[in-house]
Amino acid sequence: MFDSYSASELGAIFAMQGFAGLSLFSVFVLMALGLAIIFGQMGVINMAHGEFMILGAYVTYLCSHLVENYAPGLFGVYFFGAMILAFLASGALGMLVEWALIRHLYKRPLDTLLATWGLSLILQQLYRSVFGAREVGVTLPDWLMGSFNLTDMIEVPINGVFVMGLTILITLGVYLMMFRSSWGKQVRAVVQNRTMAGAVGINTEMTDRLTFGIGCGIAGVAGAAFTMIGSTGPTAGQLYIVDTFLVVVFGGAASLLGTIASAFTISQAQSTLEFFLSGSMAKVFTLLTVVGILMLRPQGLFSLKVRK
Amino acid sequence: MKSGFTLYTRKELISLLILAALIFLVFPAVLDVFRLNLVGKYLTYAFVAVGLVLCWGYGGILSLGQGLFFGLGGYGMAMFLKLEASTPEATKIQSTPGIPDFMDWNQLTALPGFWQPFHSFPLTLVLMIAVPTAFAWLIGVAMFKRRVGGVYFAIITQALAAILTVLIIGQQGYTGGVNGITDLRTLLGWDIRTDSAKFILYFVNGGLLMAALVACQFVRKSKVGRLLVAMRDKEDRVRFSGYDVANFKIFIFCFAAALCAIGGAMFTLQVGFMSPSFVGIVPSIEMVIFCAVGGRLSLFGAVYGALLVNWAKTSLSESFPELWLFAMGGLFIAVVLAFPNGLAGVYDSVASRIGKRRAAAPEGAPDAPPAPSDLAVPAAAAHRQPAAAAKDDEERLLLGGDRFLGKPAS
Repeated sequence: MFDSYSASELGAIFAMQGFAGLSLFSVFVLMALGLAIIFGQMGVINMAHGEFMILGAYVTYLCSHLVENYAPGLFGVYFFGAMILAFLASGALGMLVEWALIRHLYKRPLDTLLATWGLSLILQQLYRSVFGAREVGVTLPDWLMGSFNLTDMIEVPINGVFVMGLTILITLGVYLMMFRSSWGKQVRAVVQNRTMAGAVGINTEMTDRLTFGIGCGIAGVAGAAFTMIGSTGPTAGQLYIVDTFLVVVFGGAASLLGTIASAFTISQAQSTLEFFLSGSMAKVFTLLTVVGILMLRPQGLFSLKVRK
Repeated sequence: MKSGFTLYTRKELISLLILAALIFLVFPAVLDVFRLNLVGKYLTYAFVAVGLVLCWGYGGILSLGQGLFFGLGGYGMAMFLKLEASTPEATKIQSTPGIPDFMDWNQLTALPGFWQPFHSFPLTLVLMIAVPTAFAWLIGVAMFKRRVGGVYFAIITQALAAILTVLIIGQQGYTGGVNGITDLRTLLGWDIRTDSAKFILYFVNGGLLMAALVACQFVRKSKVGRLLVAMRDKEDRVRFSGYDVANFKIFIFCFAAALCAIGGAMFTLQVGFMSPSFVGIVPSIEMVIFCAVGGRLSLFGAVYGALLVNWAKTSLSESFPELWLFAMGGLFIAVVLAFPNGLAGVYDSVASRIGKRRAAAPEGAPDAPPAPSDLAVPAAAAHRQPAAAAKDDEERLLLGGDRFLGKPAS
């Protein structure tokens, strides 16, 4: 399948597809980070994670509209405000959901799956009723439009680079929170031994709620970033949820590094294959390979060694 | 299998007879052919739900990929019907006569190899069930032998269902793509689109469902069934007692998959087409909810669950399409939070309360108030001998009552 391309063309194809893969990688990482916290640390299967992401996207969309109409001067920088709002909105909804729903189900992980699936249906219909079934897009500020021309064959879109930078920042932030803050220490303590953590004075209920909220908040930020590279519809979240779960499981739940590595592998494989095969076959091959590897190595790429 | 083995207790036998009467007498008597055909379609989902009762309720294996097996069964039947509909005479306007129309539209000039066996009806019947079962076996061997279960199993089966959907939609020339395999006409020369055919197919479907229920009950009451429950509650103890846990799990998963395949094939026959929209993640999870609503520990409950949820879906989405998703979502949450044992659990607790009241009453009035149940659960079965009630309690104890919910399946 490589015969018809010259070496330099192949190089350009790989570079461009590699870059497209990096955009996909950013979305995967942003979604998977929140999920890795919720699923990996708490063991809750949040099927509504995609909808939390879409909430962030809709918040960004609203912000862009408001700013465009009422404060056009701020349009260049609205995105940063929107991102914070998206985090707060999704996080608050997440904490509410944890309080109303999830906390009753900690001992029944399979049931969280069904309940959050129900939640995702409700949220989808809510978005559809409020924002309409059509996909909406945000207007990008001028400085995010256009692309860098690296060579005459390789073009790199600026918004993609921006989203990638954002991904790196958020990942760093999550890393610092999980491994360098006292909250992170509490979360990890609760995960490893809930009773003991409670006994030494950690408020496990509050830790759970906060963890779930922050996981959902990160999904909201992912949604905000998602608007930079794609449009948002009520069911867009569902498109990514299975892929994201595979990313988390493939990386090895509870391992942030694994999540990033697996997001990178899956997105790169998919986008490189996409050029040579049809999009659907690329996806089939990638996912089948992942499932195959998971069957051989159920614990994922990176696994924490914990005595059970 | 001597005196110790009774397939049906008296109460269960009554439930079975009531269900049979409902399916074979009441529905055909009160519904027109169109509605009866719809009920027949719902009942094909009951095959899946019943399989899930064994697999999930008893075995603790939650599969979110039942649509995969349902779809494979359905596609098997659809491929046979499509080939029968695509005779060279019927398709002579195509550039390649004799192949299904969608292949011609996609510039295929010969029938792909994997379609060839579906020219023969007996081979179709075998493959239709063997292929999904073999798939289930493969998944089961790969996962259960490595002691993967619970959440991981759910996610991976879900991913597989998603993959199959993407594959079917992507390979339009071979599978009919997103429209699926449509325009099916005859089964061995017998027109399946007429009212009389729909009527007959409904009864065939009902009969198969009854057979499936009896087979499931047999599995449930046999040693396998008891081991499944034991495994679900304390897998390690079963393993330490010398049983190979994985084999039992593989068996029950394959069994459920075969049931799904039969349901899928009957679906194709009654609805007249098969498409990827019955294969993917959304239908697979909906199938789980049929089972959850009916009661994950009750075979009959699962049938009623499939009927009720689908009936609600049809009537709600006919009149209030907006409300349907809200209702469905609410149903998921309500079932999980408030009624983990579904309708059957509600019915059982109501029935046992009445049973206790009757036992406590000084003279057992022969006509105690019937069970206050508007849930299409056989009310007559509420009257039962105290001895039978005690036996039921014993059985519930055996199943661990609600306690099992506290244990993750892994």
